[in-house]
Amino acid sequence: MTDLSAPDAAPVARPVWLKRLTSRAVVAPLAAVVVFLALWEALVRINNWPNYVMASPSDLPAAYARYWQLFLVMGWQTLWRTVVGLVLAVVVGIAIGMVMGFSRTMRDALYPLLVGFNAIPKATVVPIVALLFVGMHDFNTVLIAFMISFFPIAVSVSIGLSTLEPEYRDILRSLGASRTAIFWKIALPKTLPEFFGALKVAVTLAFIGTNLMEIVSPHGRGLGALFDSAKTNSDYPLMFAVLIALAALGILLYYVVVALEKTFAGWAERDHH
Amino acid sequence: MSELIAIRGVRHAYRTKAGPLPVLDGLDLSVAEGGFAAVVGPSGCGKSTLTKLIAGLMKPDEGEVWLHGEPVRGPRATVGMAFQNPVMLEWRTILQNVMLPLEIVPTRLSRSEQQERARYLLALVGLEGFEDKRPSELSGGMRQRASLCRALVHQPEVLILDEPFGALDAFTREDLWQTLHDVKEAEPFTGVLITHDLRESIFLADQVVVLSGRPAHTQYVLDVGLSGPRDLEHLYTPGATAMLHDLRHQIEIAQGRAPEEPAAPSAA
Ligand SMILES: Nc1ncnc2c1ncn2[C@@H]1O[C@H](COP(=O)(O)OP(=O)(O)OP(=O)(O)O)[C@@H](O)[C@H]1O
Ligand SMILES: [Mg+2]
Repeated sequence: MTDLSAPDAAPVARPVWLKRLTSRAVVAPLAAVVVFLALWEALVRINNWPNYVMASPSDLPAAYARYWQLFLVMGWQTLWRTVVGLVLAVVVGIAIGMVMGFSRTMRDALYPLLVGFNAIPKATVVPIVALLFVGMHDFNTVLIAFMISFFPIAVSVSIGLSTLEPEYRDILRSLGASRTAIFWKIALPKTLPEFFGALKVAVTLAFIGTNLMEIVSPHGRGLGALFDSAKTNSDYPLMFAVLIALAALGILLYYVVVALEKTFAGWAERDHH
Repeated sequence: MSELIAIRGVRHAYRTKAGPLPVLDGLDLSVAEGGFAAVVGPSGCGKSTLTKLIAGLMKPDEGEVWLHGEPVRGPRATVGMAFQNPVMLEWRTILQNVMLPLEIVPTRLSRSEQQERARYLLALVGLEGFEDKRPSELSGGMRQRASLCRALVHQPEVLILDEPFGALDAFTREDLWQTLHDVKEAEPFTGVLITHDLRESIFLADQVVVLSGRPAHTQYVLDVGLSGPRDLEHLYTPGATAMLHDLRHQIEIAQGRAPEEPAAPSAA
């Protein structure tokens, strides 16, 4: 009895951060990445592909080592413009969503317009915007990131608000609460899960928008521009290194949104058995 | 005692895609201050609609709804309501849900006194220890009980209960009848109770109003009186049995399953 309980009785007291780092939530995705890189490396070696067909993971560290400063500067450019575009998309998306969620007339009026706008491939808009505001690279990039990502937010907020069950509203309405009180205490929190669902889509879209603009702009900055110049110089390992950096940044942004969702809409999560 | 809730000749129809659906047609109701009316009637006849009219959530097409001698123009803070579908705000704990009306209705209670009141009510309905749980962790019957607390927390003058005990087992239900009696003794209110349970109606109320099938009018009013069964044992006395028979018969008429003629001997 005493023997059995010995390991428990003498706790090594592993710190919380260590426990977290060794938890399944961290180990499993890391293992997946390692397997992925190994398969990639194997694929390139077995086929004996030269660099200009496909670089292999083992070529990448050299590229990062040589250009790490560029990666930091350009990565930051891409990051902040994506975030600013996304913040704009959130503000405008929520505003449009509220207008459409509360007024049936506005919903009927604006919906086709929004859908049409969203249906235009943004790759076609990029050159137009680039020409329209020549030389305003930051502005252009933020604008595209915004344009490409506000739609899901507007739609989710409007649907969330317009499908709010009357029962929810009646709890407060029966006490004579004002419309603002009902919005803040019921409609807004109730819509948060839908909002965050849309934000997860929007964050990836905004990121794509930023990169499109960076690649297309003649004197662009950011990771997209770095990719473009690597292409011009036929530096294939660098091109792949940029792609991986983009993926990493995309993952970072996505999980920031997931963390925000946990904080503000964690109640919507159910334990699945 | 003066009349607190007065409803006269109310008619109401819902506008649906298939055209207007008349729900109430010639409904009368009168509840004295401190009185307690139970409303029974076939499913779908318009009982929940009636509660929404009293609460001021809807306006009738015709007729009048009066509270305190004033026509009802909209919702008011002195009403407490437990809805048939007891929705809880999932992002709040049970305690925070119960305290919600106090965030709207002006109150003299301090924050800690508000908490104390909510905890007290939750304990009354047997939900002690569930204050910090989320609604999703409660059963349907538990949510109904929490919703009853939410209706009572701001000491309403008028309490409207729409089938508040429908999802409860018979024993818990009978406990809560007693609890509701005790609350009414301690904090007098004027009540309207929608129910399908005839025993519940004569146990809690001093008058039972039977509505006809849709469109509903007031078909029958049974005066239970203050001498009504106020103890579970009294539900089995001949007087109570006669009342239940009487109501049973009226419900059958409302459902169109019994001829209107042989007027059952009224117990009143
Ligand atoms: N918002 C609405 N729009 C259209 N029709 C409605 C609406 N609410 C209720 N009805 C209809 O009105 C009728 C009465 O509804 P109500 O909810 O008042 O009945 P009820 O007596 O409470 O029924 P139950 O005993 O089943 O709760 C029903 O036929 C229902 O279909
Ligand atoms: Mg009903």
